[in-house]
Order: sequence, then C-alpha cells, then structure tokens
Amino acid sequence: MRAAVVTFPGSNRDVDVIDALIAVSGQRPGIVWHRDVELPDVDLIVLPGGFSYGDYLRSGAMAARSPILREVSARAEAGVAVLGICNGFQILTEVGLLPGVLMANRNLKFVCRDIHLKVERADTPFTGRYEAGQVIRVPVAHHDGNYFSDADTLARIESEGRVAFRYCTPEGHVEDEINPNGSINGIAGVYNEARNVLGLMPHPEDHVDGAQGCSDGRPMFESLIEHLA
Amino acid sequence: MKARVHITLKSGVLDPQGRAVRNALTSLGFDGIDDVRQGKYLELDLTESDAERARAAVESMCARLLANTVIEDYQIELEEA
Amino acid sequence: MNGAAVTEPATTPDLIAAHGLSEAEYRRAQEVLGRDPNLTELGIFSVMWSEHCSYKSSKKWLKTLPTEAPWVICGPGENAGVIDIGDGQAAVFKMESHNHPSFIEPYQGAATGVGGILRDVFTMGARPVANLSCLRFGHPDHPRTRHLVAGVVAGIGGYGNCVGVPTVGGECTFHESYNGNILVNAMTVGLADADRIFYSTAAGAGNPLVYVGSKTGRDGIHGATMASAEFDETAEERRPTVQVGDPFTEKLLLEACLELMATDAIVAIQDMGAAGLTSSSFEMAGKGGMGVELDLDHVPQRETGMSPYEIMLSESQERMLMVLQRGREDEARRIFEKWELDFAVVGKLTDTGRMVVRMNGEVAADLPIAPLANASPEYDRPWATTAPPEQIPADSMNAPETKDFEGVMDVLQRLLASPDLASKRWVWDQYDHLVMGRTVQRPGGDAAVVRVPGSRKALALSADCTPRYCAAFPRTGGAQAVAESWRNLTAAGARPLAITDCMNFGSPERPEIMGQFVECIEGMRKACLALDFPVVSGNVSFYNETNGAAIQPTPAIGAVGVIDDIESMATIALKGDGNALVLIGECRGHLGASLYLREIAGRSDGAPPPVDLEAERRNGDFVRLQIFDGRVVSCHDVSDGGLLVAAAEMALASATPTGNMLGALLHLEDDLPLHALAFGEDQGRYVLEVDQSEVDALMAAADAVGVPVRRIGRCGGTALTVNGEQTISLFVLRRDHEGWLPSYMAG
Repeated sequence: MRAAVVTFPGSNRDVDVIDALIAVSGQRPGIVWHRDVELPDVDLIVLPGGFSYGDYLRSGAMAARSPILREVSARAEAGVAVLGICNGFQILTEVGLLPGVLMANRNLKFVCRDIHLKVERADTPFTGRYEAGQVIRVPVAHHDGNYFSDADTLARIESEGRVAFRYCTPEGHVEDEINPNGSINGIAGVYNEARNVLGLMPHPEDHVDGAQGCSDGRPMFESLIEHLA
Repeated sequence: MKARVHITLKSGVLDPQGRAVRNALTSLGFDGIDDVRQGKYLELDLTESDAERARAAVESMCARLLANTVIEDYQIELEEA
Repeated sequence: MNGAAVTEPATTPDLIAAHGLSEAEYRRAQEVLGRDPNLTELGIFSVMWSEHCSYKSSKKWLKTLPTEAPWVICGPGENAGVIDIGDGQAAVFKMESHNHPSFIEPYQGAATGVGGILRDVFTMGARPVANLSCLRFGHPDHPRTRHLVAGVVAGIGGYGNCVGVPTVGGECTFHESYNGNILVNAMTVGLADADRIFYSTAAGAGNPLVYVGSKTGRDGIHGATMASAEFDETAEERRPTVQVGDPFTEKLLLEACLELMATDAIVAIQDMGAAGLTSSSFEMAGKGGMGVELDLDHVPQRETGMSPYEIMLSESQERMLMVLQRGREDEARRIFEKWELDFAVVGKLTDTGRMVVRMNGEVAADLPIAPLANASPEYDRPWATTAPPEQIPADSMNAPETKDFEGVMDVLQRLLASPDLASKRWVWDQYDHLVMGRTVQRPGGDAAVVRVPGSRKALALSADCTPRYCAAFPRTGGAQAVAESWRNLTAAGARPLAITDCMNFGSPERPEIMGQFVECIEGMRKACLALDFPVVSGNVSFYNETNGAAIQPTPAIGAVGVIDDIESMATIALKGDGNALVLIGECRGHLGASLYLREIAGRSDGAPPPVDLEAERRNGDFVRLQIFDGRVVSCHDVSDGGLLVAAAEMALASATPTGNMLGALLHLEDDLPLHALAFGEDQGRYVLEVDQSEVDALMAAADAVGVPVRRIGRCGGTALTVNGEQTISLFVLRRDHEGWLPSYMAG
C-alpha cells in the first residue's frame, strides 16, 4: 500500500499517523506539504489531526480552500481511499467531500479521553478487519467534534448506511449520556457515497500499540493494507 | 469601500456558545432573556469602489470561505469609504 | 511609519519609582552610564534589574543548590537545563511561573505561560515532548476561584493542544492563601541529540542579529516589572499589559527553528520572553563578552508609531532572536518564509561591549553591557527563621468517631472528595495528553511517562510540592518537595535524574518571607545532595501577595527520570485478585500538617512529617530494584492523605474501560491508633502489589538491606475493607472522588 500524509503548517497528529502506518505496514508514507499542488501516485491519502492553519475562522475552513485539497478531491472522485482524522474530518466536510459539519462540542470544552465506538459496518476499505457491531476503544481529542447536518441530509446518510462509527457505551449502546461532544445520532464518523472517503473525529492512530494502553485502532490500518494491497 | 459581514447560525442549529452566554447573563441577574445567538463579525477594507461589484465579490467570499452555509447565514453591509 | 516624534517625559522620582527602581538603584544606573539615562535607557535598566530578570534577592541562595552530576550537560543559567539520558540523547526541561498575568487574565496568562516555557525548551534545540503544570488556586468558596480555574485550564489546553505537545501531568490544589495570587507553573520537557544543544552565548563580531517570529506590538510592556510587583486593588486596571498568545504561530516558530537548527547556521539563540528584545539581546551579547548594535527600524512591527522604548520593552509573544553565521542569512530566511514567519536582520554583534540602539538614524540608547550586568543589584536580604512547630503526638488526636465520623472509611470518603485529593479528570480531559502517540502513563498516576521514539526508553515526569508543609516548617517542606518528586519517579520504576524548581513566594522584602525562601532552599539542597538529584534549571517568583497577605511558600519541583525499558515500568493500578499488598517504610502515625488534620479536624497546626533522607534513599532504591526485577505488580508512593488514601487510589485506578474495579482487604494493626496509622503522612513509604509467591523473597530482601517492610493485606473484591470490620464500596468512593470537581465547576 502506498500512502501519503498531507501536512499543513498546524498539523500535529501527522507524526502519530505516520508512526501508525509504519508500525502496521512497515512502510513510511509519503509526506505532502500543503503548498504542493501535486500528489504522488498513492492508494491512500491521509489528512491528519491538528489545527491546519490555526483554525481561526472555522476548523478546517482555510485548509479546505488550499490548492492541495483540489487535488485530494480529484483523487477521491477517482476512487482513491481518503482518510480524514479529526481536523482531517473537519476539512473533508468543509471541502464538501463529506456531508455535514463539525461544530463546537456542546460543553464548549476540549475533550481528550478514551471513548467507545460502535463499528457500523465491516464491508468498507477501512473496516474489513472489524466485525459489524463491534465495540472498539480509541481516544478523542478535539474542541469541535459535534457532528451536525440538516434533517434531510441526516436521513439520507442514515438510509444509505454512511455512518461509519457511533459513540457508544462499552456494551455498544448509543446513549446521549456518553456522547462526548453532542454529535447528532452519536455520529463519530461518516463515509462518502462510494465509501472510499472516511472522516472520523476519534484517533485510531493513537491506539495501535499495547504500550499506548490499547490497540483497537490497529485493525483500521490493517484493513486498509489488506484492501489496497 | 468597507464591507461589514455578519455571520450568524441558521435558526434551528443549536448554538452552545449562545446558550452559555444566556446562562451567564441570567446568573448575573439579567432576567427576561429568551435566547442568545452568537455570531461572527468581519470588517473588510476593499479597494473596489463600485458597490455592486463589491457586493458580488463579498457574496462570493462568504459563500466560498467566510461562512459555512450548512449551518450559517450571512449579511453584508457596504459603506462608502 | 516608524518613529512619530515622541516627547520624552522628564526623569522624575515618580517615573523612576514607576519603573520599580529604588533611589539607590537609580544612582547606580547613573554611575554605570556616567550621566542620566534617557527614557529608553531607564526602561532597559528597569527590566534588567527587575527581580524577574536579575534574581537580585534570590541569587545568593540559589547558588547553594547542587547543580552538577555526571549526567548534567547544562545546569542553570541557560534557557533550560539539559541532562544526558543515554544513547546520545538529552532531555531538556524547565518550569516557569506565569502567576500574575494568569490572575489578571486567566486564559491568556496561562496560555502565554505555556508558550514561553515551550520556547525556552525548543530554543535549546529540543523538540518539546511533554508539558506539565502545577496550579494553585484560592479557596473553592472564594468568588473568583471558579472563573480562574476555568480560564487557566482552558488557556493551558488551548495553547498546548494546538502546538501539539501533550500535557501529561501536574497538580491542581486549592488554599485560601492563593485567593489573591494564584500560581500557574508550567513545565516543558524536550528531547534533543546530546551533541546538538543550542546555547545563548553570542560570538563573532560582525555576525548578524536576526529577529524571527511574530511582529512586535505594544503587548505586555513592563510585564517583567509587573511580575515583580505586589498586587493591590488596582490589579484589575493592569489588564492591557497582558500579552495574547498565538499557539499556531508558536507551532510554526517551533518547526522553523528546528529546521534551521538541523544546519549549522546558528551561533546563538534566545527566546524573547520577559523584557523581550532588551533582555534577549543583552543576555546573548553579555554571555559572549560582545557588544551589539540594534537598528529598530528593521524590527517587524504590528502597530504604527512605536517608540524605541516600546519596541525594546514589548513582550509580544512568539518571537526569537538569534545570531547567525555571517553569510547564512538567505538560507535561514528561506526556512522562515516557508513557515510564513517574519524574518529580519535587526543588527549585528560588535566587539565594543556596548549595546547601541538606533532608530530613525538617531541613537536611542547606548549602554555598557558588562558594567550594567555587573552592577546588577544583589541583595542579602534580612531573613527570619521559622520556629519549629510543635509535634502532634499520634495518640493526642481524638479518633474520628468523636467528630461526627463513623470510622476511618467515613473519613476516607470525605478525604477523597476534598478539593486537593479529588480527581482532577475534569482538568486533564481538557488537555490533549495523547498527541504524539507516545504517552504510556496518562495523568492521574505517580508520574507521567512518555516514550522516547525509536527506543525502549521512556521519560518519567512529575511536578510536585506540598505547600502546607513548607508553610509549617520550610526546611522540612523544601526537602519533602524534592523527596516526593524523587519518590514519584521511583514508584514508576524510573531512575530519577534531575529537577527544575519554580520558587513561588511572597515579598522578599519581609524577613519572614525571605526566611521561608532561604529555609526551603536549605531543605531542597540537603535532599538534592542525599538523592543525587541536581537542579538544572529554575525560576523565582516573588511578590505573590496581596495587601500584605502572602501565599504559602511553594517551591514547585519538576522532576525527570528515565525508564530504560518500558516493559519494566510500574503503574499504580491494582491488577490481580489475591495478590499481596506490602508496605515499604516506617509508620509513625504523623498527623501534624496532614490533610486529615486540615480536612477532618479543621486544624492546620503541627510540624510536617520529618524527612529522613537516608531512609528515603534506601527505601526508594530498594523499591526501584524490585520493580526492575519484575517482582512488583503495581506501586504507589504514600503521600497526601496517608496509607489508606494511597491504597484507595490504587484500587480506584484499577477501573477497566468497562468500569470494573479491584478492591483490597487491609490489615492495619499497630500500637498506633487506627486513624493515625491510616492517615498519618510519614514519608519515604510505598505500597506494593506483589504476587503471593514473591512476597517472602521480597520481604527477605528488604530485611537484608534494612528497609522496613510489612504485609498490609491483599487485593480482592470491589470494596476497600480494613481489619475485616470497616468497609466501603469502590463505586461509592469513585462517585465522590470523581464527582467533586465537575460539580464544583458546574456550580
């Protein structure tokens, strides 16, 4: 699998996802600077977490208008797998590759802690190594992770099975009480229509090695390697 | 020409900031506040002197960057320099 | 648009006083110059001779602290301390206070405190890998406390989270002495190649002086003198001098500096922190015995019409000053332009030994560097010794039953929900403690642990102080702060290496406060020597008092140790049903200055627990060896609240993601009254969880080296039970322990 990580000046979980890709695939991904206008020929494009351009207007808004994102969009439309984590998810919604928007957490505070996620389906390039309905534990670390979309869009993505992950209890129940940010329907990640683009707020890349306390994020990268090999 | 852009959340979109402000005002003893909505305000100094062209340019800026029209509305005011 | 004509005010006694200079100091300035200083020069004298920059009241005593060891690469005097951690790598760290600004504007004050300490570390060529913060707030019932907690925590998180450095540990406690003077002490730890450390000693006449980072505005002018002034009711009016931080620019500056540091273009580099351009240029030139010419017309400016005085004293954030090798300017400029940062050659080094500042072609200041530094005041301030408080014999205290408590479990429940012991999850949930992906012990344990990339090694980090002990008897309190830090690292299985100190005190002009400072240092000195634990960096913050009421003396200690293989790291969480619990160290039931006394008996008198440094060393070395040998399943040092609190913390930490917990059945029998045994705060103690099959060997090994050891029970159940009769559910304890801070903040 050939992967590229797109870095912005304020990316800060680029190192985490690069380390995770190396740990799981044994290969160092290419690194594409935000001012570059061309992407190498790759099977996976990762938009990592961080604060891209400081996130002063809206999280991800300026990054979504950067030249490299035109290229990312074109590749996504051509079927290349695109994974946007945290700030990467925010960018993907701002650029329109994914529906909805990520608003400030409902308690207006940054939240960093382990949460449980229900894997909605296991038939996508990102989740093949999970079971549908499986509960995994990964951390969140964000201020703007409150997923929202208008009722029509929400009905569409739900009916099309485009919700990737939902916040849930350790037993797999999607309850408002454990929702860390107020996301509508407990949505933690969504796919595009073709399911080659995934955006999610939690950080599977920070749970790939037992020393990190848990390795539930590892199968996501293994799934990608298996699918894209 | 100066453009003033007000960006507000669409009605129906939950506004946690606005709610926090309302709660804070209420706890300070300001009664009778039904709702608070928090938005953004931007001032743009434009070299364009034609009002129509200026408005079109700022419209485009709003639609493409300044506002996220999934959740936000915007209003533009123009003022001769 | 520089240099709108500024009419300089006359140098009146009021103006001199407003600059924080005494009459004697002003006369000294006149002698150094051989004439009256102009306004810009007065400003420069004022900041260079401020307590903050000159350490004039503390220097004499700081010099007594041990600063050397074979593993120390750079001790105090640079931007941060540097220690060798093996394999050609170095840890670079420092803790610094941002107390006054955080009280005035908690979010920005705390945020810029984090920004400043991050710059101190990456200025040395290190990539920051962890932040810690020691926070002291006023009484929870004080009307400002809640607002200050919310703002400070959001500010620390807002800055560190954005830059992408995990905030992994620290402390957050409350006491009324901080009502008018909170403490925000931020620590950064970085990693560098041991042979690629950057220093601030300028060299090479003709080498360019380069300014990088953000533009200069009128922020924080006279922040350095504010940080050295007492508060009064006008504190609120000083708001405009608080700087505003921009973590995004800091992140760019960090990356750009590290990129340039990979070349050999830099001769010297210094953060523009307190007193900005003045102190950075002055210190770099001074250390190298050089002179410096500054042309302020070239300083990137955010505002128009700034005077030389304002440019020289601005404390705008996210700026650095460096001396480059001549001819390397373009290479450096390209790197800073890539990161969209300002880059300007603002002067050059000279061999005149003078600082000459020009603007609009006119000389705005002309000062001799060495004479100004050498004439820097150094005071041997009068100090008064603190009388030893009375010991409180363990059997003189009434059992809790006589005080409306039903027994030790009732007391335990109250203690674990008291502000100082209650869980600080509400705080660390707002800090990104996982970014970089290397955090292997998260906040809440004895020490935070972050992996060193590309190795099996990890750094163990702690930030600690027990101000109530320092207030009761500073000599003991100072020693205890160092010993507890050492113990925290030991309990994680680390080899403690060195510390940074952040000394927070009231006004040194009062002999009793100066005495607290002197005697805390004396205690620290002894502990550092006994534990081979040198001080490699530090910071002093005096004048933490309002209307004559000073804070408790608070020498916060930031400590760094190394775990050679993360496989041998210990954590505090109980792990195995049936495992034995063993106590290392001696129990004397010491209740003086304890949390039991304060929270349960409503008293704050008595002597703090004595610190026997020989026993501390012996017990700690023994525990570390047992961890290293794999005999220890979990380990926790016994500190605030005593033995029963330590055991409860181990049980609460056992909580699995699904909410299961492992309890303990304890047998606490002794000649001491049960409450003294349970809540006494005797030092040098650890609770170990050990497999039953290993207990005899461990106890024999302890006996052999004279380390007091006893079985105190075993793991099991979902409650904490003492002597088979008193018991409490862990779920009840957790509810109260986790509940206090969120419910307080919501209140």
